[in-house]
Amino acid sequence: MARAADAAVAASAVPAQMQLPWGERVWRGLLWGVMTLFVVNILLMIAAVATNSFARRWLGTWLPQGWTATWYFDAWKEFQLGSVLWVTVEVVFAVVFLALLIGVPAAYTLARRNFPGKRALMLLFLLPLMVPPITYGIPLATVLYQTGLGGTMAGVILANLIPAAPFVILVMTPFIEQIDPNLESAARVFGASTARMFGHVLVPLLAPGILAASLLVLVRTIALFELTFLTAGPDSQTLVVALYYAVFAAGVRAPQSVDAMAMIYMLVTLVWLLIALRFVNPTQLVSRVKEHPQPA
Amino acid sequence: MSSATATTVNAAPVERVPFDRALLLVIPATLFMLLLFIYPFIYGLVLSFEPPKGDALENYRKFFTTDNLWPTIWTTLKLALPATIINVGVALPIAYKMRVKSRWQRWITTLLVVPITLGTVLIAEGMLTYFGPRGWLAQFLQLLHVYDGPIRLTHNYWGVLISLVISGFPFAFLLILSYVTGIDPVLARAASTLGADPKAQFRHIYLPLLAPGLAMCFCLAFVQAFSVFPSAVLLGAPAGPTRVISIAAYEAAFEQYDYSLASAIAMIMGVVQLVIVAFVLSLRNWFYKGPVTGGKG
Repeated sequence: MARAADAAVAASAVPAQMQLPWGERVWRGLLWGVMTLFVVNILLMIAAVATNSFARRWLGTWLPQGWTATWYFDAWKEFQLGSVLWVTVEVVFAVVFLALLIGVPAAYTLARRNFPGKRALMLLFLLPLMVPPITYGIPLATVLYQTGLGGTMAGVILANLIPAAPFVILVMTPFIEQIDPNLESAARVFGASTARMFGHVLVPLLAPGILAASLLVLVRTIALFELTFLTAGPDSQTLVVALYYAVFAAGVRAPQSVDAMAMIYMLVTLVWLLIALRFVNPTQLVSRVKEHPQPA
Repeated sequence: MSSATATTVNAAPVERVPFDRALLLVIPATLFMLLLFIYPFIYGLVLSFEPPKGDALENYRKFFTTDNLWPTIWTTLKLALPATIINVGVALPIAYKMRVKSRWQRWITTLLVVPITLGTVLIAEGMLTYFGPRGWLAQFLQLLHVYDGPIRLTHNYWGVLISLVISGFPFAFLLILSYVTGIDPVLARAASTLGADPKAQFRHIYLPLLAPGLAMCFCLAFVQAFSVFPSAVLLGAPAGPTRVISIAAYEAAFEQYDYSLASAIAMIMGVVQLVIVAFVLSLRNWFYKGPVTGGKG
């Protein structure tokens, strides 16, 4: 309801706008209505999960009959969340680190140099983002299981790197393009090697971009389900896969404890998202997608 | 990189370099992609033509003649196409509205984008609780007597469609917003000087410039929707109306251990999706050709 008031304020704040025609006002109201409906339903959905995770018994009434926090302890023990969280942390940070390690240098070359085959290379890096994970995940899982990497932590990390590394490249390339090449030339003139130029000139200048890219990869990797699901073994499950199995076998376990686990999952992603949003303006985060070669 | 350090650390800065060492930097990433993306893909393609028994095309023949396999293409398209059209169609006017900087813009953008992080599994769990037959939504609708019959929004087609909209809309919105804000507002102002009303400005300035972005966004949103898997299992009826193609592929690989058939299904999935993507991208070229691009700044 507050949103409707906001709309009125926003509308009246625009100066030099004459009385809006009737159709325009209906259209505007419709848009705000759709947005409000979407946001309110999402918030209520999250609130429902939160309520259920603290509910003693909740069947068909507005609010549960009693409150308790025991489901969180149950979920922690039952789903071995301690080790699952630890695996998640290890996988996510390894993926972020390795994606930066191979992605940033590649982005540098793609931003600065022209060479034969550059378009083909860009296409190679764009393709994993255009093909659904299940399509390449199944052949990939087959190969990983044959090399003995399937079901291990290394396999999960490698699989998650496939969308992560190109993502870093696509985010970092425009960042690097913005940096004046004269700075690099100046460093060269003073005798800096490539490695020193990277360490003393480029990386400090790129820090905001690297931070943004790593946070985005981090959030994406926590939420990426399919590839981890296809390649993980019993002791290399990340949080999202453990949650899937918990929901999948919901009949066996109390729904409240599944919801408690869902809340833990959401808090983990939300914290990182809020950190990410402090550094990245969401409208800027995909601003350069149009620069990429379009696959023909 | 360490070898580069060793050889050039004391070298004179301006020397004729026979080979640009910067090109080496792209090699790790390229090798990685070739090894873990292209190689498995080719491996899968070859494997799909090597069924345990029968000739090379046996898997594909099996897919197109088995009753619980080939209809999965339509099942998936019936979910993915409406979801994508809704997501892009609703995101476009909202993003267009949000292009003007205002006090609310950043807040609303953030609110609309947050569901991206929920992930499909959490959305499924939330929907089971909230949209379920005894959830808040059903109770609310019954309280208002809007609809008195039983409300079934989970474990069927609609549940999966709603979850695809919840997870796909923020993504489409974010992408379109970045395209819209990339279009120089000077163009629209020029048009209004020439007497174009807001509707004409949108129709003749923004829409043609947005066409490539919209096509791209449609493709990316479609790719996401087309590979729907967790929500189709958790929220749908995975044995019937929402038996999507990824479920068929997963069952073949991890329940029947027929990797050959699973690869064939994955390849069919890729082909169907590339056909749609190619079709949409070719429409884009047809829309507008001119000197102005939607570039930032």
